[in-house]
Amino acid sequence: MGQITLSKVVKQFGEVTVIPPLDLEINEGEFVVFVGPSGCGKSTLLRLIAGLEDTSAGSITIDGVNATDLPPAKRGLAMVFQSYALYPHMTVRKNIAFPLKMAGMSPEEQEKRVKAAAGVLNMNKLLDRRPGQLSGGQRQRVAIGRAIVREPKAFLFDEPLSNLDAALRMGMRLEITELHQRLKTTMIYVTHDQVEAMTMADKIVVLNAGRIEQAGSPLELYKNPKNIFVASFIGSPKMNFVGGQVAKYHNAATIGVRPEHVMLSTSSGPWKGTVGVAEHLGSDTFVHVNTEEAGTITARISGEVVVKHGDTVWLTPMPDKIYRFDAEGVAI
Amino acid sequence: MVSPAVAVLLIWMIVPLAMTIWFSFQQYNLLYPDRTGFAGIENYYYFITDFRFQPAIWNTLRLVLGVLAITTIGGILLALLLDQPFWGQGIVRLLVLAPFFVMPTVSALVWQNMFMDPVNGLFAHIAKAFGGDGYDFLGQSPLMSIIIMVAWQWLPFATLILLTALQSLDREQIEAAEMDGASVWSRFIYIILPHMTRAITVVILIQTIFILSVYAEILVTTNGGPGTASLNLPFLVYLASIVDNDVGMGAAGGVIAIILANIVAFFLMRAIGKNLEH
Amino acid sequence: MPRRISNSQKTMTTVAAWTIGVLIFFPILWIFILSFKAEGDAIGTPLHVISSAWTFDAYGEVQGRSDYFKHFWNSVVLSLGSTLIGLAIAIPAAWSMAFVPGKRTKDLLMWMLSTKMMPAAGVLVPIYLIFRDLGLLDTRIGLVAILTLVNLPIIVWMLYTYFKEIPGEILEAARMDGASLRSEILYVLTPMAIPGIASTMLLNIILAWNEAFWTLRLTAASAAPLTAFIASYSSPEGLFYAKLSAASVMAIAPILIMGWFSQKQLVRGLTFGAVK
Repeated sequence: MGQITLSKVVKQFGEVTVIPPLDLEINEGEFVVFVGPSGCGKSTLLRLIAGLEDTSAGSITIDGVNATDLPPAKRGLAMVFQSYALYPHMTVRKNIAFPLKMAGMSPEEQEKRVKAAAGVLNMNKLLDRRPGQLSGGQRQRVAIGRAIVREPKAFLFDEPLSNLDAALRMGMRLEITELHQRLKTTMIYVTHDQVEAMTMADKIVVLNAGRIEQAGSPLELYKNPKNIFVASFIGSPKMNFVGGQVAKYHNAATIGVRPEHVMLSTSSGPWKGTVGVAEHLGSDTFVHVNTEEAGTITARISGEVVVKHGDTVWLTPMPDKIYRFDAEGVAI
Repeated sequence: MVSPAVAVLLIWMIVPLAMTIWFSFQQYNLLYPDRTGFAGIENYYYFITDFRFQPAIWNTLRLVLGVLAITTIGGILLALLLDQPFWGQGIVRLLVLAPFFVMPTVSALVWQNMFMDPVNGLFAHIAKAFGGDGYDFLGQSPLMSIIIMVAWQWLPFATLILLTALQSLDREQIEAAEMDGASVWSRFIYIILPHMTRAITVVILIQTIFILSVYAEILVTTNGGPGTASLNLPFLVYLASIVDNDVGMGAAGGVIAIILANIVAFFLMRAIGKNLEH
Repeated sequence: MPRRISNSQKTMTTVAAWTIGVLIFFPILWIFILSFKAEGDAIGTPLHVISSAWTFDAYGEVQGRSDYFKHFWNSVVLSLGSTLIGLAIAIPAAWSMAFVPGKRTKDLLMWMLSTKMMPAAGVLVPIYLIFRDLGLLDTRIGLVAILTLVNLPIIVWMLYTYFKEIPGEILEAARMDGASLRSEILYVLTPMAIPGIASTMLLNIILAWNEAFWTLRLTAASAAPLTAFIASYSSPEGLFYAKLSAASVMAIAPILIMGWFSQKQLVRGLTFGAVK
């Protein structure tokens, strides 16, 4: 249950093509994250799968059934919206029970399932409140509750954490991941935050201008990005890119090296520069160095290093961690 | 599903409008039913050259400008005051708002009799207490009196809308201006007033539409008199068509009133239309 | 962070605001007092008015002098009738404009608004003649029709702005949850729209209740609502301050209370959503 196939799916809004022909396979039980900058079509793709938007061409198959022209409710999917989209006039209990009521379930069965969902999400005490009386995190939980009672083939999440503050976001991230491990249901999750993508996904789909730049496991994308776009999108702080002579020396148009793969020395190395800013995080130090050979390079040094603005330092990229790209930005 | 609403409004708009325009070019006097036929611009000519026309136009203008001046300036000041923190904000808001819900005929009669009456009115009693004499407001300054009545009814409207607009102002903007060294006056001129511009425009335009057609207040108090001292355009249309029974001339006056209102409406629609953009 | 204000400043503002508030409200307060006085006392000096005996006589006499409650009932019928019919026409229109907007929706809204700009005096003649010829003069049906038309643009606009505020994601959520169009309307849209519909109704009742052009021109006796009934006091016989006050208090009290409840919606309704 929960196998979704998109084949040659196209979406046009009037004259504008948002999604060019796109193929994607989502396996049963997988946690797939669509990630990309805003406007890359990730939300549109999710809504196409949900059935909230009609495809202009191509087909969507869910569990072997052609769902391209099925209305949202008939696809057996559940969705958690960015704004949570709770029904403000209903109590939490009624919100969660709504899809069951729509499915014509008996009140007793509804109550049983609501109780079960509330137990899973730890919100038994909130059942008689209205959405207006809940905090952001609690609303989020209700929205998830409303999704799980239906026992859907797959869950769709549309940037569900973007309205929460940083601390809460981390907590919910864990909760959703745990939920996935417990339910083992397919989940499709849209975000613009690469940290969410890296931490939660079984498979990340990096989208840019409606096209899939690369799809694969988080570490695969981290280790073998197919092009500069993916390389720069995955990983934090961002990968350093260097062109010109330095790249030519490596037989590439551009080379990339991740900050964590740059070694810093106060005595020698190929790239000499001065420290611009040093960000001390405790566990790590991000040192931004202005070099003559390679421009501004960020180095991520484990632990505490004692460098300050204006110091002269030498940088060495780890030779086996250098990514090479051709003139089109494709990895060599 | 829009069609019923469109249909009735279309009929409501077109039929009377067409008839008004049609009548305005016809000889049609209920007292002389045998005189009919095309009148050309005669009705307009007679309406415009009627000795009451010029005073009516001027009075309409004075009425609108007078009420607008009082309500807009008063409304801004009141909104600024009510926006400050004080005890009983909610109750004062209700008190200030109340006159807007008083029907025009009640408002006019109460002001005329209980306050402005030269013998028994409250103002007369107060004047007498200070050794003065009762002033015959509606006899001596009829238009001013009507302006006061109408302004009393519309001041709450202006205040409420301007207050709403004021409350939507981001407090941090004011604080930023304060940090930038702006005085109370500069904050008002450069931050608060520009923020309220749209609301002020809307207040002025909507009030103009309504005050252009003030009718009940005049009917129950002065009947347009003494002479033509408090006659306005809608009242003259009523006099011509219903009292003098000259349907043609009344219709001509109606067309003039429509043209006048449309000039204001044009600007109002633009102000409101902008709001639909987002 | 709300700013801290010194107590003396707050006291001064309080005094100023209350003074102005009471002054503006005073005419209403005054007729309320006068309505409980004997006619002879009501025309006295303010001090005399305050110190004289209180009585309910005026309220009784208002009904005696002319059939007050008939006019009150007319007002109720006219304002409620025109509001309900208006809503019946406007709800589907606003609904479809808000949820299935077309290319012409905006123009349509603006056009509806423009009909509200037509001055009553401009169409007095034809309406009067049509009413005369159809025998609608001084009938409640005729007035309900006119008041419905006069206020329809405001109803449509107010509803439109309320419907517009219902977030699209909620409707999508309902569709994901398996709601049919019927259940979507029944269980999600309608409950969410009811507050908006209620305030639209309230404001429209107020406007219709106080309408004083058509109600004065098109009625004589039998269909006359309170606006027209009160106007009859402009040609008084004998002392009438207490009676006028009593009649006025009864005429404005219900609407004043409704108005106080709808003050927030009032702004939106009367500015066609331009100020919220």
